[in-house]
Amino acid sequence: MAEAFKFDLVSPERRLASLDATEAQIPGAGGDMTAMANHAPTITTLRPGLLQVIHAGGKDDYIVLGGFAEISADKVTVLAERALPRAEVTKELYAEMVEEYRKAHETAKETFKNEPGPVDDAAKLLSDMVALGDHINL
Amino acid sequence: MPSLKDLKTRIESVKSTRKITKAMQMVAAAKLRRAQEAAEAGRPYAEKMAAVIGGLAASVGGSDSSPRLLAGTGQDQTHLLVVMTAERGLCGGFNSSIARLAKARIAELTAQGKTVKVLTVGKKGREQLRRDYANLLVGHIDLSEVKRVGYENAAAIAKDVMARFDTGEFDVATIFYNRFQSVISQIPTAQQIIPAVFEDAAEDVGAETPYDYEPSEEAILSDLLPIGVTTQIFTALLENGASEQGARMSAMDNATRNAGDMIDKLTIEFNRSRQAVITNELIEIISGAEAL
Repeated sequence: MAEAFKFDLVSPERRLASLDATEAQIPGAGGDMTAMANHAPTITTLRPGLLQVIHAGGKDDYIVLGGFAEISADKVTVLAERALPRAEVTKELYAEMVEEYRKAHETAKETFKNEPGPVDDAAKLLSDMVALGDHINL
Repeated sequence: MPSLKDLKTRIESVKSTRKITKAMQMVAAAKLRRAQEAAEAGRPYAEKMAAVIGGLAASVGGSDSSPRLLAGTGQDQTHLLVVMTAERGLCGGFNSSIARLAKARIAELTAQGKTVKVLTVGKKGREQLRRDYANLLVGHIDLSEVKRVGYENAAAIAKDVMARFDTGEFDVATIFYNRFQSVISQIPTAQQIIPAVFEDAAEDVGAETPYDYEPSEEAILSDLLPIGVTTQIFTALLENGASEQGARMSAMDNATRNAGDMIDKLTIEFNRSRQAVITNELIEIISGAEAL
Protein backbone atom coordinates (compact mmCIF):
# COMPACT_ATOMS: atom_id res chain seq x y z
CA MET A 1 0.00 0.00 0.00
CA ALA A 2 1.44 3.29 -1.07
CA GLU A 3 1.83 6.07 1.44
CA ALA A 4 -1.04 8.52 1.60
CA PHE A 5 -0.95 12.29 1.37
CA LYS A 6 -3.55 14.98 1.81
CA PHE A 7 -5.32 15.98 -1.37
CA ASP A 8 -7.43 19.11 -1.78
CA LEU A 9 -9.23 20.28 -4.87
CA VAL A 10 -10.75 23.73 -4.59
CA SER A 11 -12.43 25.99 -7.10
CA PRO A 12 -13.37 29.61 -6.33
CA GLU A 13 -16.90 28.57 -5.54
CA ARG A 14 -16.48 25.40 -3.57
CA ARG A 15 -14.18 22.76 -2.18
CA LEU A 16 -14.66 19.72 -4.38
CA ALA A 17 -12.50 17.27 -2.56
CA SER A 18 -10.49 16.98 0.60
CA LEU A 19 -9.25 13.49 1.29
CA ASP A 20 -6.28 11.22 1.80
CA ALA A 21 -5.05 10.06 -1.57
CA THR A 22 -2.22 7.83 -2.64
CA GLU A 23 -1.77 9.17 -6.13
CA ALA A 24 -2.86 12.23 -8.12
CA GLN A 25 -2.45 12.60 -11.85
CA ILE A 26 -2.27 16.28 -12.64
CA PRO A 27 -2.57 17.81 -16.11
CA GLY A 28 0.31 20.27 -15.79
CA ALA A 29 0.94 22.96 -18.35
CA GLY A 30 4.22 21.34 -19.26
CA GLY A 31 2.81 17.82 -19.37
CA ASP A 32 0.99 15.36 -17.16
CA MET A 33 2.57 14.53 -13.87
CA THR A 34 1.72 12.05 -11.19
CA ALA A 35 2.19 13.16 -7.63
CA MET A 36 2.69 10.64 -4.88
CA ALA A 37 3.69 11.05 -1.27
CA ASN A 38 7.11 12.64 -0.71
CA HIS A 39 7.10 14.38 -4.05
CA ALA A 40 9.52 17.27 -4.34
CA PRO A 41 7.78 20.60 -3.60
CA THR A 42 6.48 21.88 -6.93
CA ILE A 43 4.12 24.50 -8.22
CA THR A 44 2.77 24.05 -11.71
CA THR A 45 0.07 25.71 -13.75
CA LEU A 46 -2.65 23.55 -15.23
CA ARG A 47 -3.90 23.06 -18.73
CA PRO A 48 -7.49 22.00 -19.35
CA GLY A 49 -7.48 18.31 -18.65
CA LEU A 50 -8.46 15.34 -16.60
CA LEU A 51 -7.39 15.18 -12.99
CA GLN A 52 -7.37 11.71 -11.50
CA VAL A 53 -7.15 11.02 -7.82
CA ILE A 54 -6.51 7.54 -6.55
CA HIS A 55 -7.36 6.88 -2.93
CA ALA A 56 -8.24 3.98 -0.66
CA GLY A 57 -11.87 4.07 -1.75
CA GLY A 58 -11.15 3.99 -5.46
CA LYS A 59 -10.54 6.57 -8.14
CA ASP A 60 -12.10 10.00 -8.69
CA ASP A 61 -12.00 11.89 -11.98
CA TYR A 62 -12.35 15.64 -12.29
CA ILE A 63 -12.30 18.01 -15.21
CA VAL A 64 -10.15 21.04 -14.42
CA LEU A 65 -9.78 24.21 -16.48
CA GLY A 66 -6.94 26.55 -15.64
CA GLY A 67 -5.41 27.29 -12.29
CA PHE A 68 -2.45 25.69 -10.60
CA ALA A 69 -1.35 22.86 -8.34
CA GLU A 70 0.86 23.07 -5.32
CA ILE A 71 2.63 19.87 -4.46
CA SER A 72 4.60 19.24 -1.31
CA ALA A 73 5.79 16.10 0.43
CA ASP A 74 2.59 15.40 2.33
CA LYS A 75 0.06 17.55 0.58
CA VAL A 76 -1.30 18.29 -2.88
CA THR A 77 -3.54 21.29 -3.37
CA VAL A 78 -5.12 21.89 -6.74
CA LEU A 79 -6.63 25.33 -7.29
CA ALA A 80 -8.64 25.16 -10.46
CA GLU A 81 -10.35 28.16 -11.96
CA ARG A 82 -13.09 25.78 -12.92
CA ALA A 83 -13.45 22.23 -11.74
CA LEU A 84 -16.20 19.68 -12.14
CA PRO A 85 -16.52 16.05 -11.19
CA ARG A 86 -16.28 13.94 -14.34
CA ALA A 87 -19.83 12.65 -13.82
CA GLU A 88 -21.23 16.18 -13.99
CA VAL A 89 -19.77 16.92 -17.39
CA THR A 90 -22.34 16.13 -20.03
CA LYS A 91 -21.89 16.26 -23.76
CA GLU A 92 -23.73 19.59 -23.95
CA LEU A 93 -21.70 21.17 -21.19
CA TYR A 94 -18.49 20.02 -22.78
CA ALA A 95 -19.54 21.39 -26.19
CA GLU A 96 -20.31 24.68 -24.50
CA MET A 97 -16.87 24.81 -22.92
CA VAL A 98 -15.13 24.02 -26.21
CA GLU A 99 -17.18 26.74 -27.85
CA GLU A 100 -15.99 29.18 -25.18
CA TYR A 101 -12.37 28.41 -25.92
CA ARG A 102 -12.99 28.58 -29.64
CA LYS A 103 -14.42 32.06 -29.19
CA ALA A 104 -11.47 33.11 -27.01
CA HIS A 105 -9.19 31.88 -29.80
CA GLU A 106 -11.10 33.90 -32.40
CA THR A 107 -10.97 37.04 -30.26
CA ALA A 108 -7.27 36.55 -29.64
CA LYS A 109 -6.70 36.23 -33.39
CA GLU A 110 -8.49 39.50 -33.98
CA THR A 111 -7.03 41.55 -31.14
CA PHE A 112 -3.43 40.39 -31.44
CA LYS A 113 -2.91 40.42 -35.18
CA ASN A 114 0.84 40.71 -35.14
CA GLU A 115 1.63 39.11 -31.84
CA PRO A 116 1.74 35.35 -32.07
CA GLY A 117 2.05 34.84 -28.29
CA PRO A 118 -1.53 35.21 -27.08
CA VAL A 119 -2.96 33.61 -30.22
CA ASP A 120 -0.78 30.54 -29.82
CA ASP A 121 -1.73 30.34 -26.15
CA ALA A 122 -5.41 30.40 -27.04
CA ALA A 123 -4.89 27.83 -29.79
CA LYS A 124 -3.08 25.59 -27.33
CA LEU A 125 -5.90 25.88 -24.81
CA LEU A 126 -8.40 25.03 -27.52
CA SER A 127 -6.50 21.97 -28.66
CA ASP A 128 -6.07 20.86 -25.04
CA MET A 129 -9.79 21.17 -24.64
CA VAL A 130 -10.47 19.11 -27.76
CA ALA A 131 -7.95 16.50 -26.69
CA LEU A 132 -9.67 16.30 -23.33
CA GLY A 133 -12.92 15.52 -25.12
CA ASP A 134 -11.35 12.60 -26.95
CA HIS A 135 -9.83 11.44 -23.73
CA ILE A 136 -13.11 11.22 -21.88
CA ASN A 137 -15.11 10.08 -24.90
CA LEU A 138 -17.38 13.04 -25.38
CA MET B 1 -57.09 65.32 16.89
CA PRO B 2 -57.48 62.52 14.33
CA SER B 3 -60.81 60.79 14.27
CA LEU B 4 -61.25 57.22 15.41
CA LYS B 5 -61.57 56.06 11.85
CA ASP B 6 -58.32 57.77 10.87
CA LEU B 7 -56.51 56.11 13.74
CA LYS B 8 -57.90 52.74 12.81
CA THR B 9 -56.74 53.05 9.22
CA ARG B 10 -53.28 54.15 10.35
CA ILE B 11 -52.98 51.20 12.71
CA GLU B 12 -53.98 48.86 9.89
CA SER B 13 -51.47 50.41 7.51
CA VAL B 14 -48.61 50.20 10.02
CA LYS B 15 -49.57 46.62 10.70
CA SER B 16 -49.28 45.69 7.05
CA THR B 17 -45.95 47.54 6.84
CA ARG B 18 -44.75 45.47 9.76
CA LYS B 19 -45.78 42.31 7.98
CA ILE B 20 -43.73 43.34 4.96
CA THR B 21 -40.62 44.29 6.92
CA LYS B 22 -40.90 41.11 8.94
CA ALA B 23 -41.08 39.05 5.76
CA MET B 24 -38.12 40.92 4.26
CA GLN B 25 -36.14 40.30 7.41
CA MET B 26 -36.79 36.59 7.23
CA VAL B 27 -35.94 36.43 3.55
CA ALA B 28 -32.72 38.34 4.24
CA ALA B 29 -31.88 35.93 7.07
CA ALA B 30 -32.25 32.96 4.75
CA LYS B 31 -30.23 34.64 2.01
CA LEU B 32 -27.60 35.69 4.52
CA ARG B 33 -27.02 32.10 5.51
CA ARG B 34 -26.51 31.14 1.88
CA ALA B 35 -24.28 34.13 1.20
CA GLN B 36 -22.18 33.33 4.24
CA GLU B 37 -21.80 29.74 3.13
CA ALA B 38 -20.70 30.94 -0.30
CA ALA B 39 -18.20 33.32 1.24
CA GLU B 40 -16.89 30.53 3.43
CA ALA B 41 -16.60 28.13 0.50
CA GLY B 42 -14.58 30.65 -1.47
CA ARG B 43 -12.14 31.37 1.31
CA PRO B 44 -9.69 28.44 0.96
CA TYR B 45 -9.16 29.22 -2.72
CA ALA B 46 -8.64 32.92 -2.16
CA GLU B 47 -6.24 32.40 0.72
CA LYS B 48 -4.14 29.84 -1.10
CA MET B 49 -4.07 31.98 -4.22
CA ALA B 50 -2.94 35.03 -2.29
CA ALA B 51 -0.27 33.01 -0.51
CA VAL B 52 1.18 31.50 -3.67
CA ILE B 53 1.10 34.71 -5.68
CA GLY B 54 2.55 36.54 -2.70
CA GLY B 55 5.40 34.02 -2.51
CA LEU B 56 6.06 34.26 -6.22
CA ALA B 57 5.87 38.02 -6.20
CA ALA B 58 8.36 38.16 -3.38
CA SER B 59 10.90 36.08 -5.29
CA VAL B 60 10.32 37.50 -8.76
CA GLY B 61 9.32 41.03 -7.81
CA GLY B 62 11.85 43.77 -8.20
CA SER B 63 13.38 42.28 -11.32
CA ASP B 64 12.83 44.16 -14.57
CA SER B 65 10.86 41.34 -16.10
CA SER B 66 8.11 41.37 -13.49
CA PRO B 67 4.67 41.65 -15.10
CA ARG B 68 2.91 44.97 -15.31
CA LEU B 69 0.03 43.79 -13.18
CA LEU B 70 2.51 43.47 -10.33
CA ALA B 71 4.95 46.25 -11.05
CA GLY B 72 2.37 48.78 -12.18
CA THR B 73 2.93 51.39 -14.84
CA GLY B 74 5.52 53.22 -12.82
CA GLN B 75 3.26 56.14 -11.98
CA ASP B 76 0.09 56.76 -10.05
CA GLN B 77 -1.51 59.59 -11.92
CA THR B 78 -4.81 58.03 -12.92
CA HIS B 79 -6.83 56.08 -10.41
CA LEU B 80 -9.68 53.74 -11.19
CA LEU B 81 -12.12 53.21 -8.35
CA VAL B 82 -14.31 50.15 -8.65
CA VAL B 83 -17.25 50.82 -6.38
CA MET B 84 -19.27 47.74 -5.57
CA THR B 85 -22.69 48.20 -4.06
CA ALA B 86 -26.03 46.43 -4.01
CA GLU B 87 -28.67 46.45 -6.70
CA ARG B 88 -31.38 47.10 -4.18
CA GLY B 89 -32.00 49.49 -1.37
CA LEU B 90 -33.73 48.95 1.98
CA CYS B 91 -30.58 47.70 3.61
CA GLY B 92 -29.74 50.44 6.08
CA GLY B 93 -26.50 52.25 5.57
CA PHE B 94 -24.99 49.54 3.39
CA ASN B 95 -24.86 51.43 0.09
CA SER B 96 -24.25 54.88 1.51
CA SER B 97 -21.31 53.75 3.62
CA ILE B 98 -19.50 52.48 0.52
CA ALA B 99 -20.45 55.56 -1.46
CA ARG B 100 -19.26 57.78 1.38
CA LEU B 101 -15.87 56.05 1.51
CA ALA B 102 -15.53 56.30 -2.27
CA LYS B 103 -16.50 59.98 -2.23
CA ALA B 104 -13.92 60.70 0.46
CA ARG B 105 -11.27 58.95 -1.66
CA ILE B 106 -12.32 60.83 -4.78
CA ALA B 107 -12.10 64.15 -2.95
CA GLU B 108 -8.70 63.22 -1.53
CA LEU B 109 -7.29 62.15 -4.89
CA THR B 110 -8.63 65.15 -6.77
CA ALA B 111 -7.14 67.41 -4.12
CA GLN B 112 -3.78 65.80 -4.89
CA GLY B 113 -4.24 66.64 -8.53
CA LYS B 114 -4.78 63.06 -9.69
CA THR B 115 -7.22 61.95 -12.32
CA VAL B 116 -10.02 59.78 -11.00
CA LYS B 117 -12.20 57.38 -12.94
CA VAL B 118 -15.05 55.46 -11.41
CA LEU B 119 -16.43 52.10 -12.45
CA THR B 120 -19.58 51.15 -10.61
CA VAL B 121 -20.88 47.68 -9.93
CA GLY B 122 -24.44 47.70 -8.66
CA LYS B 123 -27.14 50.24 -9.30
CA LYS B 124 -27.29 51.94 -5.93
CA GLY B 125 -23.72 53.14 -5.87
CA ARG B 126 -24.10 54.51 -9.36
CA GLU B 127 -27.15 56.51 -8.33
CA GLN B 128 -25.38 58.01 -5.36
CA LEU B 129 -22.16 58.87 -7.17
CA ARG B 130 -23.89 60.22 -10.24
CA ARG B 131 -25.19 63.16 -8.28
CA ASP B 132 -21.76 64.61 -7.53
CA TYR B 133 -19.35 62.92 -9.90
CA ALA B 134 -21.29 62.14 -13.06
CA ASN B 135 -18.34 63.18 -15.22
CA LEU B 136 -16.00 60.67 -13.55
CA LEU B 137 -18.11 57.58 -14.23
CA VAL B 138 -16.49 55.57 -17.00
CA GLY B 139 -18.56 52.44 -16.84
CA HIS B 140 -21.16 50.41 -15.06
CA ILE B 141 -21.61 46.71 -14.58
CA ASP B 142 -25.15 45.60 -14.01
CA LEU B 143 -25.72 42.61 -11.78
CA SER B 144 -29.45 43.07 -11.30
CA GLU B 145 -30.24 40.01 -13.41
CA VAL B 146 -27.86 37.87 -11.44
CA LYS B 147 -29.52 35.81 -8.76
CA ARG B 148 -26.42 34.23 -7.29
CA VAL B 149 -23.09 35.90 -7.77
CA GLY B 150 -20.78 33.43 -9.45
CA TYR B 151 -17.16 33.36 -10.45
CA GLU B 152 -18.14 34.27 -14.03
CA ASN B 153 -19.48 37.61 -12.78
CA ALA B 154 -16.19 38.36 -11.08
CA ALA B 155 -14.36 37.23 -14.21
CA ALA B 156 -16.40 39.64 -16.32
CA ILE B 157 -15.60 42.56 -14.02
CA ALA B 158 -11.92 41.61 -13.90
CA LYS B 159 -11.82 41.36 -17.67
CA ASP B 160 -13.30 44.82 -18.02
CA VAL B 161 -10.83 46.26 -15.50
CA MET B 162 -7.81 44.54 -17.05
CA ALA B 163 -8.79 45.58 -20.56
CA ARG B 164 -8.83 49.16 -19.35
CA PHE B 165 -5.45 48.63 -17.71
CA ASP B 166 -3.96 47.19 -20.91
CA THR B 167 -5.06 50.20 -22.91
CA GLY B 168 -3.43 52.46 -20.34
CA GLU B 169 -6.63 53.97 -19.04
CA PHE B 170 -5.42 54.02 -15.45
CA ASP B 171 -2.39 53.32 -13.29
CA VAL B 172 -3.91 52.17 -10.02
CA ALA B 173 -7.14 50.29 -9.40
CA THR B 174 -8.88 50.08 -6.06
CA ILE B 175 -12.04 48.18 -5.19
CA PHE B 176 -14.57 49.41 -2.66
CA TYR B 177 -16.81 46.97 -0.88
CA ASN B 178 -18.21 46.09 2.52
CA ARG B 179 -16.29 43.49 4.45
CA PHE B 180 -18.64 41.25 6.38
CA GLN B 181 -17.88 41.24 10.07
CA SER B 182 -21.19 40.31 11.62
CA VAL B 183 -24.87 40.85 11.01
CA ILE B 184 -24.74 44.22 12.70
CA SER B 185 -21.36 45.35 11.52
CA GLN B 186 -20.02 45.62 7.99
CA ILE B 187 -16.83 47.50 7.36
CA PRO B 188 -16.52 49.59 4.21
CA THR B 189 -13.16 48.63 2.78
CA ALA B 190 -10.90 49.95 0.04
CA GLN B 191 -8.44 47.47 -1.43
CA GLN B 192 -5.88 48.09 -4.11
CA ILE B 193 -5.88 45.34 -6.74
CA ILE B 194 -3.67 46.74 -9.51
CA PRO B 195 -0.72 46.86 -9.10
CA ALA B 196 -1.09 43.88 -6.84
CA VAL B 197 -0.26 44.28 -3.17
CA PHE B 198 0.27 41.46 -0.77
CA GLU B 199 0.46 42.04 2.91
CA ASP B 200 1.53 39.22 5.15
CA ALA B 201 1.03 36.40 2.68
CA ALA B 202 4.56 36.58 1.35
CA GLU B 203 6.25 35.45 4.55
CA ASP B 204 4.12 32.35 4.96
CA VAL B 205 5.24 30.76 1.74
CA GLY B 206 8.71 32.19 1.58
CA ALA B 207 9.59 30.58 4.89
CA GLU B 208 8.69 27.11 3.70
CA THR B 209 10.68 24.80 1.51
CA PRO B 210 11.65 26.24 -1.85
CA TYR B 211 9.41 25.06 -4.65
CA ASP B 212 10.20 23.83 -8.11
CA TYR B 213 8.27 25.82 -10.64
CA GLU B 214 6.95 24.43 -13.85
CA PRO B 215 7.11 26.35 -16.17
CA SER B 216 9.30 29.17 -14.86
CA GLU B 217 8.40 31.40 -11.93
CA GLU B 218 7.84 34.37 -14.21
CA ALA B 219 5.53 32.44 -16.52
CA ILE B 220 3.47 31.13 -13.63
CA LEU B 221 3.30 34.55 -12.06
CA SER B 222 2.07 36.25 -15.20
CA ASP B 223 -0.47 33.44 -15.58
CA LEU B 224 -1.68 33.72 -12.04
CA LEU B 225 -1.84 37.49 -11.58
CA PRO B 226 -5.00 37.94 -13.68
CA ILE B 227 -6.56 35.02 -11.81
CA GLY B 228 -5.49 36.69 -8.58
CA VAL B 229 -7.23 39.91 -9.57
CA THR B 230 -10.36 37.96 -10.46
CA THR B 231 -10.21 36.10 -7.17
CA GLN B 232 -9.94 39.32 -5.19
CA ILE B 233 -12.93 40.75 -6.99
CA PHE B 234 -14.84 37.52 -6.47
CA THR B 235 -14.06 37.54 -2.75
CA ALA B 236 -15.16 41.16 -2.54
CA LEU B 237 -18.42 40.32 -4.32
CA LEU B 238 -19.10 37.48 -1.92
CA GLU B 239 -18.28 39.59 1.14
CA ASN B 240 -20.48 42.31 -0.27
CA GLY B 241 -23.32 39.86 -0.82
CA ALA B 242 -23.16 38.62 2.75
CA SER B 243 -22.86 42.18 4.06
CA GLU B 244 -25.85 43.32 2.05
CA GLN B 245 -28.08 40.61 3.46
CA GLY B 246 -26.75 41.22 6.96
CA ALA B 247 -27.37 44.94 6.68
CA ARG B 248 -30.83 44.36 5.27
CA MET B 249 -31.66 41.90 7.99
CA SER B 250 -30.76 44.27 10.81
CA ALA B 251 -32.38 47.24 9.06
CA MET B 252 -35.59 45.27 8.62
CA ASP B 253 -35.41 44.01 12.18
CA ASN B 254 -35.25 47.62 13.36
CA ALA B 255 -38.09 48.58 11.06
CA THR B 256 -40.22 45.74 12.36
CA ARG B 257 -39.56 46.78 15.93
CA ASN B 258 -40.29 50.43 15.19
CA ALA B 259 -43.54 49.46 13.52
CA GLY B 260 -44.44 47.46 16.63
CA ASP B 261 -43.76 50.46 18.87
CA MET B 262 -45.79 52.65 16.58
CA ILE B 263 -48.71 50.24 16.66
CA ASP B 264 -48.62 50.21 20.47
CA LYS B 265 -48.62 54.01 20.61
CA LEU B 266 -51.39 54.34 18.07
CA THR B 267 -53.45 51.71 19.85
CA ILE B 268 -53.18 53.61 23.13
CA GLU B 269 -54.15 56.80 21.35
CA PHE B 270 -57.05 55.00 19.73
CA ASN B 271 -58.30 53.64 23.05
CA ARG B 272 -57.96 57.04 24.71
CA SER B 273 -59.94 58.78 21.99
CA ARG B 274 -62.58 56.10 22.10
CA GLN B 275 -62.84 56.54 25.87
CA ALA B 276 -63.08 60.32 25.40
CA VAL B 277 -65.84 59.90 22.85
CA ILE B 278 -67.80 57.63 25.20
CA THR B 279 -67.33 60.01 28.13
CA ASN B 280 -68.45 62.86 25.92
CA GLU B 281 -71.58 61.02 24.89
CA LEU B 282 -72.38 60.17 28.52
CA ILE B 283 -71.98 63.81 29.56
CA GLU B 284 -74.27 64.83 26.75
CA ILE B 285 -76.91 62.31 27.78
CA ILE B 286 -76.70 63.23 31.46
CA SER B 287 -76.77 66.96 30.87
CA GLY B 288 -79.62 66.45 28.42
CA ALA B 289 -81.56 64.52 31.07
CA GLU B 290 -80.83 67.15 33.70
CA ALA B 291 -82.03 69.91 31.46
CA LEU B 292 -85.46 68.38 31.21
